[in-house]
Amino acid sequence: MFWNGKNGKNGGKSEGNGHHLIDLQGIRKVYDTGAVKVEALRGLDLAVRENEFLAIVGPSGSGKSTLMNIIGCLDTATEGSYRLRGEQVAGLTIDRLAEIRNKRVGFVFQNFNLLPQLTAFENVELPLLFKGTPARQRRERVELLFEQVGLSDRMLHRPVELSGGEMQRVAIARALACEPDIILADEPTGNLDTTSGRDIIGMFEDLWRKGHTLVLITHDPAIARRARRIVNVQDGTVVSDEAVA
Amino acid sequence: MKALSLIVRLFRGAAKIQRKRMILTATAIAWGTVAIILLLSFGEGLKRSLETGRRGLGESIVIIWMGETEKAFAGLPAGRPIRLVPDDVELVLEGVPELASASGEMHNWNVQLVNGRTALNKRVVGVHPAYRDLRTSYAQAGGRYIDELDQRLKRRVVFLGNELAKDLFGKDDPVGKTLLVADTPFTVIGVLQKKKQMSMYGGPDSDRATIPLSTFEAMFGRRYLSNLVYQPTSVAMAPVAKRHLMEVLGAKYRFDPADTRALYFWDTIEDAKMMNAIMIGIEMFLGMIGALTLIIGGVGVANIMFAAVTHRTREIGVQMALGARRVYITGSIVLESVALTFAGGVAGIGIGVAVVQALAAVQARAKSEAMEFLGAPTISIPIAVTTVTLLGLIGLAAGYFPARRAASVQPADALRFE
Repeated sequence: MFWNGKNGKNGGKSEGNGHHLIDLQGIRKVYDTGAVKVEALRGLDLAVRENEFLAIVGPSGSGKSTLMNIIGCLDTATEGSYRLRGEQVAGLTIDRLAEIRNKRVGFVFQNFNLLPQLTAFENVELPLLFKGTPARQRRERVELLFEQVGLSDRMLHRPVELSGGEMQRVAIARALACEPDIILADEPTGNLDTTSGRDIIGMFEDLWRKGHTLVLITHDPAIARRARRIVNVQDGTVVSDEAVA
Repeated sequence: MKALSLIVRLFRGAAKIQRKRMILTATAIAWGTVAIILLLSFGEGLKRSLETGRRGLGESIVIIWMGETEKAFAGLPAGRPIRLVPDDVELVLEGVPELASASGEMHNWNVQLVNGRTALNKRVVGVHPAYRDLRTSYAQAGGRYIDELDQRLKRRVVFLGNELAKDLFGKDDPVGKTLLVADTPFTVIGVLQKKKQMSMYGGPDSDRATIPLSTFEAMFGRRYLSNLVYQPTSVAMAPVAKRHLMEVLGAKYRFDPADTRALYFWDTIEDAKMMNAIMIGIEMFLGMIGALTLIIGGVGVANIMFAAVTHRTREIGVQMALGARRVYITGSIVLESVALTFAGGVAGIGIGVAVVQALAAVQARAKSEAMEFLGAPTISIPIAVTTVTLLGLIGLAAGYFPARRAASVQPADALRFE
């Protein structure tokens, strides 16, 4: 199966730096709005191992979104060290960061962020296009992904023709397209009804069981408890970090 | 290829929203393209018109008139008149290897020409047969020019300018008819083909009668040439030919070859060079006006691209999150800008070509002299290349700056954009 190969693939490989997949040390992020400087992260440390299911919780303004942006290489830290699978991310070029996002990180957003003018199929195909996968492999891979998320009959629909739950499943298929090291989900159930939300979380648990590493950002304690580890961020630092029984 | 088509699709959806603005922008580009094509085509038409007009006098020829020496030479004082005779034509042809051909010319500007009851006083010139090619004096079908035999036998044959022929013979074909030239019967052997002649000396070729130089000498008792026309073997050899000619004639008439007053030269080769330079100047000027008009259209494209980039910031953010390298972001924006520019450009080229063709048709029918001088607007390959190159450059420039802005945004900021 295509998405349970993670452990097998990397099991024997040294990850460097204590086998941490994500290793954040002393991360500071300062937003300079001109008049005032806002310190969103104040020397945050966080380490995530392979095949963890981690929830980052915290009130709004706590810095959890900033943290997700930094983990996902969508933004760079003002200060501190970030190693992703042993590779120092700080100071990489824009294109190298794009490549990391493309190959190592799969994003699932609260508002799905599907491109409206493309079909579901093309949305999932997009990261593979950016990666440079040949057409035939792309096609096979996308079809397989749609099978996995149970939307094979919706491939040629446009996002507006899909329900919220379906859109999020397309987004998950897209996140998985390039077999990423981490799946980063930012409030993935925030725009969904309870049933769809439960489905999506169930899907994440499935992925975790099959060897994926998941980082879930949420403010909902009920959803956070579905993860195996909860990191509580407040005022830009980690205030608690505990395993879920 | 699929990647390219997908990138095009990425923007096509968003383009729908801005369709009206895009059409207006493309129209601005089309307008600029029409302007540049019209201006350059008229420039080209004018250039060709001037060129044929110049050829009416002759291609790469030099005309010599006689002067007076300015410098004392070989014991002779300054101020001696130099007079050339018909034999000097053979002398220079033999003595100056850089000459391709030469002809003497004698003028009598007031000779009575009589055909039946029509009598006119016109200019009659005597020339060598080589004059035909030197001065592009070709006969209409059914006639001929003066030839060697006419010259050797001093035949009484006359070649008429086309306007003069009309004045004397009306609609009749004058060839073979008899014409009284200063009370002497001449046979008309040919009529000049209509030609555009912009430069002239002694009146237009269309309004004169031409007879063999030998006949002219005998009839009017002239010894000296009015002027001498020659053509060097090539444009590059023209200065050498001129120097050698001065040496050969200087040796015969004993004047300093460096004496600029002994003989006057009208060098049409130099004129042509200057005219070319002026034409290039005019074309550059016209091209610049067109280019400026086109650039205004380009500013419109840049403007709409900036708006589009802002409008799609979030989508660009999503693409960045999925791992789009900078070239995908900038490439698709530049591509769109170039496509938009070329869409307008193609429409503009179509309209421009149609307008040029319509104007050329109108021009061909118009009888006005100003229109004739302006020439038919003509589209040439360089005009097409210039226009397309300009369009491409404008499209690239109009896309580059918005694209650079789009790619410079942090993906996190782009995703947050509402």
